[in-house]
Amino acid sequence: MTVRLTTESFDPGAELSAFCAGRTESGAVASFVGIARGDGGAATALELEAYPGFTEVEIGKMAEAATQRFSLHDVLIVHRHGAIAPGEAIVMVATASAHRREAFEACDYLMDYLKSRAPFWKKEHGPGGSRWVEPTPRDLDDIARWD
Amino acid sequence: MRVLLFGRLGDLAGWRERAFDPPPGTLAALKALIAAADPALGEALGGRGVQATVDRVLVRGEAALAAGAEVAFLPPMSGG
Repeated sequence: MTVRLTTESFDPGAELSAFCAGRTESGAVASFVGIARGDGGAATALELEAYPGFTEVEIGKMAEAATQRFSLHDVLIVHRHGAIAPGEAIVMVATASAHRREAFEACDYLMDYLKSRAPFWKKEHGPGGSRWVEPTPRDLDDIARWD
Repeated sequence: MRVLLFGRLGDLAGWRERAFDPPPGTLAALKALIAAADPALGEALGGRGVQATVDRVLVRGEAALAAGAEVAFLPPMSGG
């Protein structure tokens, strides 16, 4: 299991290739990449504040819970923090399991957690100024599906 | 000891990290010290959904603070 926070942009394709390399027992790898939206010019940058030393530990607890719940062989989570420009990858999740259903579901589950409860504080910068953003009602509905 | 503020709490206070020497011995004493200097921040620290960590572990209620402790106040988490 790997959980990594980074302030640098990363290459999801290279991360996925490395995650898949050498697997002979995992029949399935599912992955998701979240990308910063420009919203037609309304968002000029996204700023994610993390608490290094706490944020990745809390995410690691969820990754461990997902590993147990979905019988995963492995999990990779890469998450940006700091300033993120539209078009850049914010987050990547990859899950490996024996069969595809568990890998798909675990990836979905981890993304719902990361979008609603993970220890980040999100600020959107646009032409009209900056504002702190809380989870949307849809994000909260998404995470409630798994309770 | 060090105190860290995250999200809107840092904007409200105008600082995100500050040393407190000598350290208050408890979390309640630290909050009282902060509230005396900045009542708006003091009120925000007691606001709904604001959590505290001591040495990067969430604490509920009162906690003793060692001289080298790192305390953080976390507004509701937004996810990424």
